[in-house]
Amino acid sequence: MKRGGLLTNLTLWLIALFALAPLAWMVSVSVMAPGEASSFPPPLVPTHPTFANFTGLFADTDMARYLANSLLLAVLATGMSLTFNVMAGYAFAKLRFAGRDRIFRLLLTALVIPAQVAMIPLFLICKMLGVVDSFAGVLIPSIASVFGIFLVRQYALSIPDEMLEAARIDGASEGRIFRSIVLPTLKPILATLATFSFLGSWSDFLWPLIILNDGRKQTLPVALANLSREHVQDVELMMAGSVVTLLPVLLLFLLLQRYYIAGLMAGSVKG
Amino acid sequence: MNREAAAWGFVAPALAALALFFFLPVIAALILSFTDFDIYAVADLNNLRFVGLDNYLQLLRTPLFWTALGNTAWFVVLGVPLSIAMSLAAALLLDSKLARFKGFLRTAYFAPVVTTLVAVAVIWRYLLHTKYGLVNWMLGGIGVGPIDWLGDPRWSMPAIVLFAVWKNFGYNMIIILAGLQTIPEELHEAARIDGASAWQRLRHITLPGLAPVLLVVSILTMAGYFQLFAEPYVMTQGGPAESTVSILYFMYEQGFKWWNLGFASAVAFVLFAILFALTLVQLRVSERWTR
Repeated sequence: MKRGGLLTNLTLWLIALFALAPLAWMVSVSVMAPGEASSFPPPLVPTHPTFANFTGLFADTDMARYLANSLLLAVLATGMSLTFNVMAGYAFAKLRFAGRDRIFRLLLTALVIPAQVAMIPLFLICKMLGVVDSFAGVLIPSIASVFGIFLVRQYALSIPDEMLEAARIDGASEGRIFRSIVLPTLKPILATLATFSFLGSWSDFLWPLIILNDGRKQTLPVALANLSREHVQDVELMMAGSVVTLLPVLLLFLLLQRYYIAGLMAGSVKG
Repeated sequence: MNREAAAWGFVAPALAALALFFFLPVIAALILSFTDFDIYAVADLNNLRFVGLDNYLQLLRTPLFWTALGNTAWFVVLGVPLSIAMSLAAALLLDSKLARFKGFLRTAYFAPVVTTLVAVAVIWRYLLHTKYGLVNWMLGGIGVGPIDWLGDPRWSMPAIVLFAVWKNFGYNMIIILAGLQTIPEELHEAARIDGASAWQRLRHITLPGLAPVLLVVSILTMAGYFQLFAEPYVMTQGGPAESTVSILYFMYEQGFKWWNLGFASAVAFVLFAILFALTLVQLRVSERWTR
């Protein structure tokens, strides 16, 4: 029994090493002197830690701008998702309107269609609307999502009808009910949806790559991909860029992982 | 009546956005795939012609498309089982009563999942460096000669698989962990009393109990792996010798490098058809198994 426990825990820590070592290596190399990582055997820790790569990154490239772009876009995408998906998800769960269940089933079938199928015509639509190369164009696909609506609907189903009816009898408007009764009960799922939306927007690559050509409007992932093609040899600089890109999402995840993991299970086990 | 109007007010914005920016484009993509939409049509729609199935027929005659299809299939065949095996192993170990520090370990395993793909692909490009990379350094420690991971067409796809497994295994692990909670503890108790070994319990209780979850996980993972794009874009640019050109990479280059938007739409639909067919097959197979 004792040997089994040792073996189990040893394997678990080896897997943890596999998961974390690349991230730890990134942080370590990001504070090495330029060129230090390109030697054999590969150094694991910097001899003289320095923040020169970070200052260089912000001084010589437009990293600050890309960081601001990504932050702004992720915040806006999260805001839209929290508005439109939550309203729709609640309505599909608790309000009555003609064709409700039929429309919802139609929405669910959309989950099997890969998003990339829509991208080419979506680019042409954006061109017609004049939003190519603008933040509006980047945001268009994240206004509403079937997954978001589904997530909120499943949670909203548990709101007791009597609570809503009582408010209606008291003469509260539907908007009022939504704000003062529904939203407070939905809080946990709002946190889940917000985390998903923020991370999704932050990490999105293909669509921003297609819709943005102007270098000044690029998001962090697109900029980092371009930068890595120009600076293939500058390992330390690139690792500083990766740290800047990853730090916000890793912090967000550590703060909100409870909600993120809850949503993941609600979305996939039942979906 | 008033309440019906209010209800529509709640759903209309989301439905309008989905109709305009998802359903309409999907239908448009199908139509586009029957046209010769190219750079001239981008400039002036009068240059657009319907060509019937020509794009699809031409696709069949394009060697690079077959290469991309083969590469993607190789990535899926190698990556999906490996990724699920890794997730399953991690979940089973973490679920064991003997495991300590479960909370920390779970967070550690999940951390790669939330990372930004492009940023971690950049890290792995250096980890896989032939001369200075940690991977070859460690392999050297056990006497395996340096492998030119991203420069050798035989190793480029396995290298991307290694990276993809690292990035994704935590995701399925969480779902499998949730599945493990649904298997009643009494079943294990009863089997233990009957003298079943740990291996027998895994084989006859845990795995059958996990079957529905494993089905969902395999469908989701397969669909995700077929959409391979950013990894080759960042790590190999489709090379070496086109060994990492995926279906989506091919579509992106056709569509947004060469502006063959009609042709690229056909590629997108072929991808959709493959995914749809494979999902149906998996559902069928599982139906037979569970009966």
